[in-house]
Amino acid sequence: MNTADQYLKAIYLAQRIEEGPASTGTLADLLDVSPASVNEMIGKLEERGLVDHEKYKGASLTDEGIERAHNALQTYCIIERFLANVLEVEEFRDEARALESVIDDTVAERLDTIINRPSDCPDCFDPELDYCERLEVGPDGCAD
Amino acid sequence: MSLGQRVSSDNQLTRLLQIGVVLEELVESRAAHHLDSLPPDERAAVDEAVRELLVCAAEESAVHRERLEALIDDLEAETVPYEEINMLVDAQYGPPEDTDGVLYDQLANEETAYKFYDDLIDAIEASDAEFAIDRDRLLETLYGIREEEREGVEEVTEIMEQRA
Repeated sequence: MNTADQYLKAIYLAQRIEEGPASTGTLADLLDVSPASVNEMIGKLEERGLVDHEKYKGASLTDEGIERAHNALQTYCIIERFLANVLEVEEFRDEARALESVIDDTVAERLDTIINRPSDCPDCFDPELDYCERLEVGPDGCAD
Repeated sequence: MSLGQRVSSDNQLTRLLQIGVVLEELVESRAAHHLDSLPPDERAAVDEAVRELLVCAAEESAVHRERLEALIDDLEAETVPYEEINMLVDAQYGPPEDTDGVLYDQLANEETAYKFYDDLIDAIEASDAEFAIDRDRLLETLYGIREEEREGVEEVTEIMEQRA
């Protein structure tokens, strides 16, 4: 997943958490980068018609931005579910975050052929918990 | 969230190699499923080139898997057994409609594997992390596999062009 898609996904999740435009601070926390980096990328995404930015309010995705963020979140859900269910990784959230930049969506599509992903994915992704609310996680952190 | 394509730890590298093994197991399993899934008359009609392609793809994937497993072994980790992935493929498998569908799926397998190794190599080269396994050996192994995946894409494309 490239950096732009990671930003779009973060804006999408931040908008869901904040129930409104995504603030620079929230995005910087989610992406673990500086507010200056966020502002620079928001400007680029705005130029590409993927984000609307309102001063003092924050960033909101355009329809095209939402579509791309949706796809990026789906790819992320596949990675998390694959790590939890197939590789049985306890720290699947941390590891998915570390791996998402290296896993391309075509690779995720292949992995998707062996995981049982809900049809309403990625709407069932819980932005606060940072994983799919339908992913049943046992006491060891692995999916049941 | 981690921005930027780079592999920075043994754990991350191990996980990516494990994903590589699963991708190879998927190729192996799907090739076997494709041959079994075709109706008898269609199976008989599958020309020798396509049959050979599927058999070779499965064999090549098994070799790639062994090479990756040797690296993972040295990183003191384990891989998901083939039988387990085969069962997962079995549970979700939807057979392609015909031989062309089989070839498209095979092309997607090869292209995906190529893309995966290409990204993985880039991410390792972009990192100056020291791994528990020899970096040159790691990259040589991955270069070799990537090259064979590239050839695989060409082979499927050639057969598709001949059939067109």
